[in-house]
Amino acid sequence: MENDKMNEEHIFIVRCGEVALKGMNKPYFERMLAERIRKLLKKFDEVQVYRHEGLIFVRADKSLDKQAIIREISKVFGVASISPAVECESTMEAIGEAAVQYMFEAIEERGVKTFKVEAKRADKNFPVKSPEIGRKIGAAVLKGCKVLRVDVHHPDCRLFVDVRHDKTYIYQDKIPGFGGLPLGTNGKGMSLLSGGIDSPVATWMMAKRGMLIEAVHFHSYPYTSERAQEKVEELASLVATYCGRFRMHVINLLPIQEQIVQNCPEEETTILVRRFMMRIAERLARETECGMLITGENLGQVASQTAEALVVTDASVSLPVMRPLIGLDKVDIMDLAKEIGTYEKSIEPYEDCCTVFLPKHPVTKPKLEKILASEAKLDCEGLIDAAVASDEIVNIYPA
Amino acid sequence: MIYLDNSATTKQHPSVTRRMITCMEENYGNPSSLHRMGLEAEKAVKQARRELSDAAGMPGMQVCFTSGGTESDNMAIFGAAKAGRRQGRRIVTTAVEHPAVLECCQMLSGEGFDIVRIGVDRQGRLDLAQAEEAIDGDTILVTMMQVNNEVGTIFPVDEIARIIREKNAPALLHCDAVQSFGKIPLPAHADLIAVSGHKIHGPKGSGALLIRKGLHLPAFIRGGGQESGLRSGTENVPAIAGLGEAASLCAKDREQRMKKVSQMRNLLMKGLLEEVEEVRINSPEETGEEAGTCCGSLLSVSFLGTRGEVILHTLEQDGICVSTGSACSSNKKGRSHVLQAMGASDREIEGTIRFSLSQYNTEDEIIETIERTAEAVKRFRRLGSFR
Repeated sequence: MENDKMNEEHIFIVRCGEVALKGMNKPYFERMLAERIRKLLKKFDEVQVYRHEGLIFVRADKSLDKQAIIREISKVFGVASISPAVECESTMEAIGEAAVQYMFEAIEERGVKTFKVEAKRADKNFPVKSPEIGRKIGAAVLKGCKVLRVDVHHPDCRLFVDVRHDKTYIYQDKIPGFGGLPLGTNGKGMSLLSGGIDSPVATWMMAKRGMLIEAVHFHSYPYTSERAQEKVEELASLVATYCGRFRMHVINLLPIQEQIVQNCPEEETTILVRRFMMRIAERLARETECGMLITGENLGQVASQTAEALVVTDASVSLPVMRPLIGLDKVDIMDLAKEIGTYEKSIEPYEDCCTVFLPKHPVTKPKLEKILASEAKLDCEGLIDAAVASDEIVNIYPA
Repeated sequence: MIYLDNSATTKQHPSVTRRMITCMEENYGNPSSLHRMGLEAEKAVKQARRELSDAAGMPGMQVCFTSGGTESDNMAIFGAAKAGRRQGRRIVTTAVEHPAVLECCQMLSGEGFDIVRIGVDRQGRLDLAQAEEAIDGDTILVTMMQVNNEVGTIFPVDEIARIIREKNAPALLHCDAVQSFGKIPLPAHADLIAVSGHKIHGPKGSGALLIRKGLHLPAFIRGGGQESGLRSGTENVPAIAGLGEAASLCAKDREQRMKKVSQMRNLLMKGLLEEVEEVRINSPEETGEEAGTCCGSLLSVSFLGTRGEVILHTLEQDGICVSTGSACSSNKKGRSHVLQAMGASDREIEGTIRFSLSQYNTEDEIIETIERTAEAVKRFRRLGSFR
């Protein structure tokens, strides 16, 4: 009877990753994590999320799609792994009964032939010790499911039995999450988001470490099209499925690019534009209480990302600039983009403002003095003021 | 809004919309139903068929309604190839067809048909000598447009019919008349003619293939046997009624209307030549109904040293809608095959804008367009884009 009741619900055990290491802050991190899971599961009715003995439990009505719930939970930063489990009373009889029933399903659904029980007890007052629980439950399963054999080295199914104070949980899978830290536990950053492959990944990586995101996107309309902005918004929405709703500032760089093209040496165009982007982003960051900037720059990938160019770019701002992709190879970044689901959208062909005024031979080793001399020909403050004043804010919602 | 992209699509005429609404809200029966509702719907389809046939001026052709120009072209080309496959292997077409024709021929080429593409000159005029040479006793299909969609050049379709007769070729002649229908008289001697609704202020998703009576094509879509068994599926009655209405409207005072449109188009051409430096007109300068002239609604212009896409977006800011000569200037694959076949240089192709007019444009709009285009081109040239 007890088992019938437990079948009315999906139960998921969610393990927190590094969160567990954070000492005194542990409850705070766990609370943030549970909060985030609750938020992402809001779209399903009848879902309960609660913390219990260092774990997070999610209970959902059996009518809901199990895989969809797992997908949502696995997107939450700070989740180490997820196990769909069944629950029973913490008595040897109840555990044995539940284990047999669980293995019946495993045989039916996955064709399991061999198994091994791995038991542990969080409740040290439980009268049977872990190795003995394993042996006894293994014997019960063998008796109940005649087709099964025990294989301690390469079992088809590792049957985990987790005896806790009130209840016991039985499961076999540990579906890995992305790890990281719960969103909102590590400040807020202003991300320079383009339509390319790198910047969404960089944004995702910082969000994964718990950082809240605000973004800025630069375009050069009418040199770029409205469809290009549409693409960036769709891309941002994909990132938002992980980091939640965020705001994106949209700035037209063309007035600045026009001034640069008309007044400065052609080969410096890219680096000069880059410095303007950083300064505008910094202004927006200060207005929105972001403590740092985030870019998708990657050492040596293009002319504006050589070591020398990055130094010159950095010199334009005083906020720290986070470049989480700095040491990755392009293929690694592409793999990450594929894994988080932004790659397909990123490679759709629309021009962004970086490619519009691309000089034939950009400087790869810019000298700060020369760049500053070129900027002296422009009314930099005036241009930045005008750009910031023209800021359009778009709310980005999870796709 | 100044809408100069009528070759892409047109604004639907209000009376078209009204007739469609009637079919959706009141006359919503299935033409195949036996009851009165079915009969009324069937009548609406019959009326539209008559209207389209009258507007086309082709009493000797059967009307098969389709989902649009592309489907009509597919039906004609695959149908003709299938019907004629025992009589020969050659299909003659041109180098500047719409993808709806191009891609069908490409596929047939993979099935063993011998596709010959006739070239054009710098104004997009067909090389008749090449056509004479290409069409032979093995030719089962000649498929060509009547008006080119990118530059407006008119092809001598009836002249091709004469060549087919002279060569005693078993060929059917298919004409893609999507851009010409309602603007110039349709070719008198084509066996198959494709038309579209949304280019003549009718609904999107509507079109027809006109088929010379007595000509038998294999079924294109099988099922309940609608459209004489050629194209099964419950008729899209609202779209068909809308197409009928649009066809009647475009047949009315066609000559007078096109005279007005041509005048505006010529004003635009003259204005651009006067106001902008380094301009090249890709279309034939002369408008008319004769082969080799330009359809009065179209003007293709290259603004050398610019990028059409940027000019387009600059004009869009002024509320002017046009189109470019290439899908994406940064990408060579996107470059217009039509302008390439005409021998235009990359620089010319990159800076190409297509203006396509309708009777709903005004002279004032054209004058504003000339001014705005001149400004956009000047601004671009001042700034360049390094490429």
